[in-house]
Amino acid sequence: MGAYFSEIFRGLQSLATGLGITFKEFFKPVVTVPYPFETIKMSERYRGHIELIESEEGTPKCVACGMCQRACPSGCISLASKSVEYEVEVKGEVKTKKRKVLTKYNLNFTTCSLCGQCVESCNFNAITFSKEYNLASGRKEDFHFDLLNRLEERNS
Amino acid sequence: MSLTILNVVIAVVIAIAFAALNAAYLVWAERRGAGRIQRRPGPNVNGPLGLLQPPADGLKLMTKQLVIPGGADKALFVVAPVLAMVPAIMSFVTIPFSENVVARSMNIGVLMIFAFASLGGMAILFAGWGSRNKYGVMAAVRAVSQNISYEIPMLITVITIVMMTGTMNLKELVAGQSGGIWNWNLLPSLSSPLMPVAFLIFFVCTLAETNRAPFDLGEAESELVAGFHTEYGSMGFGLFFMGEYANIVIGASLITILFLGGWGCPLGLFPSVWWFLLKIYLLIFSFIWIRWTFPRTTIYGLLNLSWKILIPISLFNLLLTAGLLKVF
Amino acid sequence: MSGPIHIQPGETFTLNVGPQHPATHGVLRVKMEMDGEYIVKAETVLGYIHRMHELMGENRTYPQVLPNLSRLDYLGALGYTHGHVLAVERAAGIEVPERAEYIRAITVELNRVASHLFWFGAFVMDLGGFTPLMYAIEDREYILDMLEAVTGSRLTYCYYRFGGLYNDIDDEFVDRARAFIPRMRKSLKKYDALVTGNIIFRKRLDGIGPISAEMCRKYGATGPVARGAGIDFDVRKNEPYSVYPEFDFDVPVYDECDSLARYNVRMDEMEQSLRIIEQGLDKLPDGPIMPKKKPKLIKPPAGDYYQAVETARGSFGIRIVSDGTKNAYRFKLRSPTYSNMSLFDEACEGMMIMDALALMGSLDLVIPEIDR
Repeated sequence: MGAYFSEIFRGLQSLATGLGITFKEFFKPVVTVPYPFETIKMSERYRGHIELIESEEGTPKCVACGMCQRACPSGCISLASKSVEYEVEVKGEVKTKKRKVLTKYNLNFTTCSLCGQCVESCNFNAITFSKEYNLASGRKEDFHFDLLNRLEERNS
Repeated sequence: MSLTILNVVIAVVIAIAFAALNAAYLVWAERRGAGRIQRRPGPNVNGPLGLLQPPADGLKLMTKQLVIPGGADKALFVVAPVLAMVPAIMSFVTIPFSENVVARSMNIGVLMIFAFASLGGMAILFAGWGSRNKYGVMAAVRAVSQNISYEIPMLITVITIVMMTGTMNLKELVAGQSGGIWNWNLLPSLSSPLMPVAFLIFFVCTLAETNRAPFDLGEAESELVAGFHTEYGSMGFGLFFMGEYANIVIGASLITILFLGGWGCPLGLFPSVWWFLLKIYLLIFSFIWIRWTFPRTTIYGLLNLSWKILIPISLFNLLLTAGLLKVF
Repeated sequence: MSGPIHIQPGETFTLNVGPQHPATHGVLRVKMEMDGEYIVKAETVLGYIHRMHELMGENRTYPQVLPNLSRLDYLGALGYTHGHVLAVERAAGIEVPERAEYIRAITVELNRVASHLFWFGAFVMDLGGFTPLMYAIEDREYILDMLEAVTGSRLTYCYYRFGGLYNDIDDEFVDRARAFIPRMRKSLKKYDALVTGNIIFRKRLDGIGPISAEMCRKYGATGPVARGAGIDFDVRKNEPYSVYPEFDFDVPVYDECDSLARYNVRMDEMEQSLRIIEQGLDKLPDGPIMPKKKPKLIKPPAGDYYQAVETARGSFGIRIVSDGTKNAYRFKLRSPTYSNMSLFDEACEGMMIMDALALMGSLDLVIPEIDR
C-alpha cells in the first residue's frame, strides 16, 4: 500500500522536474539563425567545390600534370592541355622550350565526395576548396563546372 | 417571439465563430509555444509573428485533392471528420463565458457536454475502420479503449462536484464559487478535503479524452505513421485537427467552470468574461507545455493508470465527500 | 478491391513496418506477423541501401577508398575512418607520429559524443518526446562547428590520411574543446533530470526488450548492446590500439539486460568520452602530423590484415587481404550493427509493437552501415 502511494508521489515529482526544465528553456533565446535573412560566415577550411588558383600574371598556376585527375576516386576531374613553345635565354643563347598550358579543366561536382585527394596531391598549389555552399538547381548540367571559365570571370 | 429566435441564432453563430477562430489560432499558439520550448522560432514568415500561418494552412488544405482510398467504406470515411468537429462546436452553446454571455443556458449543461464528448470517440473509430488500413484500425482500437477508460474517472469527479453544489447548471456551478479564490472548488473544504486531488484527476482525464500527449496513442506519429488519420489528406485532416483543438478549448472551459471559479476574479472584485478567457488560456498553455515535455505512455501503462490509479482514488473521493456532506 | 477482410480470432495479419517509416532510422523493412498488437514473428528484410562499398574497396587504390568509409556510418564517421587507416598502416608498415595519434583519439571521442547525442534525441523522439531531440542537436552543433573549423566537413569527414592527418589543429580548437566539456556535463545533468528520471520514460523502458548475454554471444552483438547485458568487452580496453592505453577511463557495464540498461550505458559512455577528451587535450604533444618518410604509392606486402576499433555502435572490424598490388584483393567490413540487428527477430517475439519499436531504438541502428 505504501509502495503504491510512494510510487505515485515520486512519479509526480519527476514529472514536475521535467516541466520545470522545459519552462526554463522557454525563456532562453532562440538558437536558430533565420536563414536566408541572415547568413553565417563559413570557416576558413570549409570544403566547397575546388577552384583554380591564379598566379600573379592572372593565369592559372596549374601545369596540367594530371595528378589530381589520377588521385580522384570518382573521376570528377577532366583536363586538357596543349604544348606551347616559349623562348628563354640560357647562357647567352636563345633556346625554345616547350611547356604545357591548361586549355580545359572541368569538374563534375555531381560525383565529387569532397575527399581532398586532389588538393592534397597537387604539387603546384594550383587548386583549393572554395566556400560555395549555396548551390541548388534543377538540372545536372549546372553542376558541371568549367573551372577555367570561372577563373576568367573572377578576374574580369 | 422572432427577436428571441434571432437572439438565439446570433448567439449560436457567435459560439461557432469563437470555436472556429480558437481552433485555427490555437494551432498557431501551439506551434509558437512548442518552438520556444525547443529554442527555435516557430512559424514567423507568413505575416507578422507568423499570424497569417493558419489562414495559409487552411487555404493549402482546402485546395488539396481529397483522396478516398479504394475499398474504404465511403460513408464512414466521409462522416468521421465531420463527427469529430461538430460535437465540439455544439458544446460551446452551453458554456457560460460570464454572467450574461452564454448562448443557451441549460439546467443539465454538464450532462449535455459529456454526451457530446462521447461522440468524439465514435469519430475516431469511424476514421480508423473506414480507412481500410491496418495502422488505422490498430490506432482506432487503442483510442477507443482509451476514451472509454478515461471517461469514468472524469464523470465520477464531476458527480462529486455536482453533489457538493447540488446543481448541474453551469451558471449556478460558477455562482457557487463566487467571491474570491478561497471559494473556488479547487481548494480543500470541510466537506471535501481531497479536492486538489480531484482537480489533478480531472486534468489528466481531460488530457486523455482529447488525445493529447502523453496520451496521444491514437495518432502516435513515430510508431504508427499517423494512426487513425493516416489516410486523410486535405480538409478531412484539417477537420480532425480543428476538432482536436476545439475539444481542448471545451476541456479547458470545463476545468475552469468546475474548479477554478469560472469568470470570477481571484480577489472576488470584478467578475468578467476576461478572467474566464485568461484562465482558459493559461490552462491551454499548460496543455501545450505538457505535450512538448513528456514522452508517450504505452497502451497498458495508460489503461493501468486509469483503472488502477485514477478510478479507485476518484471513487474513494466520491464516497468520502458523500459521507462528509452528511456530517457537515 | 473486394469487400472487407474478415480476420478470425487466432489468425494473424502481416504488418509491414516498411522501408518508409518514421521509426526505423533508414530504409529497413520488418515484416511482422501480428496477432492484434502482439508480434508473432518478425522478419527483417535488408538490402535497400546496398552501395557495394566492399567492391569499391577492390576497384580503387588505398587512398581512393578513404571517402567511402565515412559514408558507412555517417553519424560516427571518424571512428570508421580510424579503423581503416590503422589497418592500412599496419599492412604497409607506416609509422604515425604521436601528435597525430592524440589528435585522432580526441576527434574520435568528440565524434562518439556527437553520435550518442543524436541517438539520444532520435530515441526519445521515437518514444514520443520531441523536445530532447532539439536540445541534443543544439549540443551536437557545438561539436560539429569545432570539427568543421579543423577538417572542413560536418558529417562525412575525410580527415585522416595514412600516416597522420590532413591538416593540423590550432589553438582555437583546443580552447573550444576545453570550453565544450563543462557545457556538455551540464547538459548531461539536464538530460538526466528531463528524461532519465521521468516516470513515463522509465515505464516505457524498464524491463522491456530483454537481450541476455547468451543471445549476445550467439549473434555476435558488441558495443552498448552487449555491455547492457553484462558482458564487459570494449575493444579499447581488451584489444588496445592507438594511444588508448595512455588514457584513464571506465567502461560502463550494466547487468539488467533491458532497454534501460542499454540507454544508461550510452549516457555513461558520453561522460567517459569527455574524460578521454580532457586527458587528450592535456597530454597533447607537439610535433609533426605526418611521418617524414611516406611512401608515394601504398602497396602493402601480400597478406591478411585485420584491425578492430570501438565505434559508437560496437566493434567495427576491417580486414584487408592484399596481393601486393595497389588495389586490395579483398576489403571486408565487419559491421557491428549487422550483428546487433540480427538479434531483433528473435528478441521481439511476443512483444507488443510499441515495445518492439522501443527495443529497435535502443539497439541504435544506422541502416546504411548494415547494408554497406
